[in-house]
Amino acid sequence: MSDTIVEGWELVVGLEVHTELATETKIFCSCPNRFGDEPNTNVCPVCLGLPGSLPVLNRQVVELAIRLGEAVHCDVRPSIFHRKNYFYPDMPKDYQVSQYDQPINVGGHLELPSGYRVGITRAHLEEDTGKSTHLGGDAGGRIHGSEYSLVDYNRAGVPLLEIVSEPDIRTVEQARDYVGELRAILVATGVSDAKMEEGSMRVDANVSVRRTGDTAFGTRCEIKNLNSVRSLGRAIEYEARRQIDLLEAGERVRQETRHWDEGDGRTHTLRTKEDADDYRYFPEPDLVPLAPTDQWLASARASLPALPAQRRAILAEASDRGVADPGVVSAVDRGLDQLAMEAIVAGGDPARVLVHIEHNLSGDGATVRPVRLAALTRMEVEGKLTATQAKAVLADVLAAGGDADPVAIAAAKGFEAMDTGALETAVDAAIAADPVAWDKFLGGDDKVAGAFVGPVMKATKGKADGKAVNALLRARRDATR
Amino acid sequence: MPDRISAGDAAHVAVLARLALTADELERYTGQLAGVLEHFADIDALDLDGVEPMTQPYPLTNVLREDVVGDCLDRDEVLAQAPAAEAGRFRVPVILGDEG
Amino acid sequence: MSAVDIAAAVRSGQRSAIDVVEEHLARIAERDGELHAFNLVLADDARAAAAVVDDQVAAGEDPGPLAGVPIALKDNLCTRGIPTTCSSRILEGWRPPYTATVVDRVVAAGAVVVGKTNLDEFAMGSSTENSAFGPTRNPHDPTRVPGGSSGGSAAAVAAGFSPLALGSDTGGSIRQPAALCGVVGMKPTYGAVSRYGLVAFASSLDQIGPLAETVTDAATLYDVIAGYDPLDSTSIPGPLRAVLPSLGEGVDGLRIGIVTEMRPGIDPDVLARVDAAADALTAAGAKVDEVSVPAVVYGLTAYYLIAPAEASSNLARYDGVRYGLRVDAPDTARMNAATRAAGFGDEVKRRIMLGTYALSAGYYDAYYGKALKVRRLIAADFERAYTQFDLLLAPTTPSVAFLLGAKVDDPFAMYMNDVCTIPSPLAGHPAISVPFGTGAEGLPVGVQLLAPPLEEARMFRGARVLEEAVR
Repeated sequence: MSDTIVEGWELVVGLEVHTELATETKIFCSCPNRFGDEPNTNVCPVCLGLPGSLPVLNRQVVELAIRLGEAVHCDVRPSIFHRKNYFYPDMPKDYQVSQYDQPINVGGHLELPSGYRVGITRAHLEEDTGKSTHLGGDAGGRIHGSEYSLVDYNRAGVPLLEIVSEPDIRTVEQARDYVGELRAILVATGVSDAKMEEGSMRVDANVSVRRTGDTAFGTRCEIKNLNSVRSLGRAIEYEARRQIDLLEAGERVRQETRHWDEGDGRTHTLRTKEDADDYRYFPEPDLVPLAPTDQWLASARASLPALPAQRRAILAEASDRGVADPGVVSAVDRGLDQLAMEAIVAGGDPARVLVHIEHNLSGDGATVRPVRLAALTRMEVEGKLTATQAKAVLADVLAAGGDADPVAIAAAKGFEAMDTGALETAVDAAIAADPVAWDKFLGGDDKVAGAFVGPVMKATKGKADGKAVNALLRARRDATR
Repeated sequence: MPDRISAGDAAHVAVLARLALTADELERYTGQLAGVLEHFADIDALDLDGVEPMTQPYPLTNVLREDVVGDCLDRDEVLAQAPAAEAGRFRVPVILGDEG
Repeated sequence: MSAVDIAAAVRSGQRSAIDVVEEHLARIAERDGELHAFNLVLADDARAAAAVVDDQVAAGEDPGPLAGVPIALKDNLCTRGIPTTCSSRILEGWRPPYTATVVDRVVAAGAVVVGKTNLDEFAMGSSTENSAFGPTRNPHDPTRVPGGSSGGSAAAVAAGFSPLALGSDTGGSIRQPAALCGVVGMKPTYGAVSRYGLVAFASSLDQIGPLAETVTDAATLYDVIAGYDPLDSTSIPGPLRAVLPSLGEGVDGLRIGIVTEMRPGIDPDVLARVDAAADALTAAGAKVDEVSVPAVVYGLTAYYLIAPAEASSNLARYDGVRYGLRVDAPDTARMNAATRAAGFGDEVKRRIMLGTYALSAGYYDAYYGKALKVRRLIAADFERAYTQFDLLLAPTTPSVAFLLGAKVDDPFAMYMNDVCTIPSPLAGHPAISVPFGTGAEGLPVGVQLLAPPLEEARMFRGARVLEEAVR
């Protein structure tokens, strides 16, 4: 897809990701941090905000926040909590405990598979709200048109990390990649299971546009209710076009929050309240400041597994490719880079290893032993197997449990490389058999080559190498010019 | 010290605080608050440059608890206190305005 | 009988806890109709609890240092299954599903809860006239206020309904009613006593403390309730020094400073008692002098910006959704507003308005932000004073108990009652009010000792000396 939504305009996107932390208990109390239980059974005086209750911070919440901060190269700082005051029935205290101007993580970055770097402004801790369901009327579960609502506080007090990116994203693809990469990091570090469809990762997009070449930012709108990476992409595209249309018509973009409607494929103004929210932030008096020691930071840093960007770099170097190479990206994305590395170390051909991983192995390709994969690729580069033959051998290796000898399997299947003379005979026979197609091919229609490849394969019982057949066809054609 | 609190300010504050005040109450409170705030002008005389705000009287840091599940409340006991409940949840009238 | 004497008699089997509780319930029945110290008398529960204590004694077990001692609890302390109203319509009939830590501790020490006492609504007030259920009357003169906000607790002790009571103090709400009712009342160092289960008014100021007839009783109760609680993040970690063991050690050699700034605006009869207290301390071997703590004059302003600001946030949860009063309306926002309008009294609404305003956009720096800085100045001035002095001496209140209705129309005049008690909670310091004779109309006067953080033991020693001097 082209980088620009509309010629002459530039897209500017910042993403705010809220992710539920993978702890046993809630952020300020010992209720289980668990999804799917009977309503209002995982509650206590603290997370219900009963009169007289007080919060106590969960150590593991801090550990995970530090881990994420270290993973995205943030400055992990002393921090305090603030109260964000507003009324809403799913808020037990009618204020949310969050972090305001002294958050735990500040100033990091995240590297996309393409190598493009997106800045991270901050990542801070806060508590989640309860969940309300809307009933009655004809609203079908949506708030507008409903008659009443029911509130479940099981989710109230679940720990959240809000990760805010710089407005560095310029394409829909970058937006998708950012979410994908962030998710991979959250999962790899054990910070969150980050499932958008289940709500343990929620993404809001801040979208604005400006004329190409402008340095000032345009007015932005916040888009909410994005339930999948696909919705994210569609919503950004729609919103960008909406804003461009307004601006081209000489109108202004109004700064507001908009709701993405998956059904009609548009963003809509959320019904605005009479008064803008004034959250009256002030430091939370019931909690004391957080000042993680250098030791804690160092130990969190040391506990980090190799992260996707790092793994791509390592595999890229070992296979002599770029970090954005599709084979490299695919291997890391699907957790098969370890296999790739070991196969390469065992003497496998890096290029062929990556091709097999990208195209011929699914997630359970981990069951193939690296030495076997390495041996297979060696046969290919030594000319003993064609690509097509190697694919078939690999499938058999997998079927046999992953530890079978590819040499033996190839022999059993009767695979051996074709000698050039036999190949030329088969190709010439195929040409002779279809003069109409040959004419077209001579005329420059390359697509018709398939008419010959098929018969050649048949005649050679699959031993021919498709690439070699095509090369011969072209050589014959060139010879006639 | 900022200007005297106006009736408009007070009305706005009442909305923020979800207090439905009668016109009478609003007028009375505005007057009383203005009077109280006037007394507070005494702190304007102080030089507070470089003074750190004090949010907590006793300095503690890093008070944490272990991530271990504890007891929850009995739902029946909790919902027995609810003004309205249905299907194990708290029931409220329609919520106007956007989702939080 | 004092609490200490009762506990000794019950523990030794000399007296039964049932006998003790019946005696106190009888007094309550006779006079609380007039005084209204209690929102709720728990006669049957008290009898059952006393029976448990007697069973323990009979079985050779020790019920604890408060064995069989009746205790009254301010009605902003959560008691599971028992209405906890904060003297507000918005919590009328609310039964918490849990109990405050301090209540667990006193019960574990053998005390017998006889009832929940009246207070100014949500602890906002200095006379208990802001209660939604009617005022409490001063036992010394029922036409007068008992003080507030712990007026019910102070009156209960003064009227002999229970030797002990728990109250809460945010700007003086234990000490001021203690002074007006002629009993001992004390506010601990912030963090010394757990706030878990205390319905919050102003989180960075609130503390729970004892009220009693005698200093020894107050000290005994303090030692039971004080100490780290993992359920309160602001609770001071580690063991705290008990105050009872050193209670009789006197004040010989202690340097005691009379706070200069806490004299103007104080009635002459009250000042006279403070001066007499100074003499008594001198006679007991202390070196008494004047000391200036300049920033305390800004205490009222700082307090009446910080406390309402925190309160406006703490009281937001009363929205008719999960518990308490609900006034129906077509939508939730209007339900919240109608519920709060009907459920809160005037003073509470006023403070919520004031606090919301002080925090609001454009005003935070001028009001709340500034008040937090003034607070630091006050703490610093106290710190400086304590480099030269071990304890400070001051009046508790500007006057003796005033007539019911005398100050209800002028909020600021009411706020002026707290001028001597406000600075300590701002700094987080402990302070105690000790009855020290009488003033105008023969009404009780209390004098205040202030101490540095965690020097309760020293402070109680001084209080004991004062108590002896007027015996």
